[in-house]
Amino acid sequence: MAYSEKVIDHYENPRNVGSFDKNDPTIATGMVGAPACGDVMKLQLKINESGIIEDAKFKTYGCGSAIASSSLVTEWVKGKSIEEAQKLSNTLIAEELALPPVKIHCSILAEDAIKAAIEDYKSKK
Amino acid sequence: MRFFDLFELPVSFQIDNDLLLERYREIQKKVHPDNHANASENEKLLSVQRAAEVNDAYETLKKPLNRAEYMVSEHGFDVRHEQHTIRDGMFLMQQMELREELEEIESASDVEAAFDRFYADIKKLMDEFTEKFESEFKQASYESAADAVRKLRFIYKLKDEAQQLEEKLLDF
Repeated sequence: MAYSEKVIDHYENPRNVGSFDKNDPTIATGMVGAPACGDVMKLQLKINESGIIEDAKFKTYGCGSAIASSSLVTEWVKGKSIEEAQKLSNTLIAEELALPPVKIHCSILAEDAIKAAIEDYKSKK
Repeated sequence: MRFFDLFELPVSFQIDNDLLLERYREIQKKVHPDNHANASENEKLLSVQRAAEVNDAYETLKKPLNRAEYMVSEHGFDVRHEQHTIRDGMFLMQQMELREELEEIESASDVEAAFDRFYADIKKLMDEFTEKFESEFKQASYESAADAVRKLRFIYKLKDEAQQLEEKLLDF
């Protein structure tokens, strides 16, 4: 399958790969998995007292589209408030990366990773 | 459960693979398009279609994960094509850690032994969720059975990846 240039760019030069300490109270962790393909994604957000996402890191075991989707999301959420980040939809991700229909679930995975991280943040407060 | 009926096998995850292969060959002989050389175009087309269906049924039942996915799909859980994600944190964290462990296996002092240990861990997980699937399915708890199948997908994928890496590292 042909990947778009943007997917290849994120895949070859993934942004913000890595982990924060999940026990740090300012760190929110979202773990999600796609049962259709077995991809696993971890997204971590560093959120300050005013609810602004200061930093983001990800670790994804999956195909190029899944890695690109999570890499893109870490760039997008930085500097955003939780409310703004929550509105990021998979369609925006899929459009930006020109994902083909069979890879839409990768963008859903990234959207759900943000939601899972925000849930974790709220449960930690 | 059309596929099980086709091969006249009981609907069960435990399958007699030799019997499946035997029945598959019998049916395939009957429906093979070459046996319908003198048939009308319409009949030939039908036999081609039929042969493809029989192949599909065989491939589905032959492999354990495909078989389990098929069994829950017949009860409305199309885990293979569903778009939603799972969020079982404990399970996913463990899956992530196992993938990290696999990434570092190269630097083990005895790579072969490290792979043996890794496969033993995967097998334990596979057995655990296969048993869960079977018992939930038998009790007609299809939602829980489907959940076990979803998890098996991650475990089988990890096994595939470990095997690919092993081939690369140990130069089979």
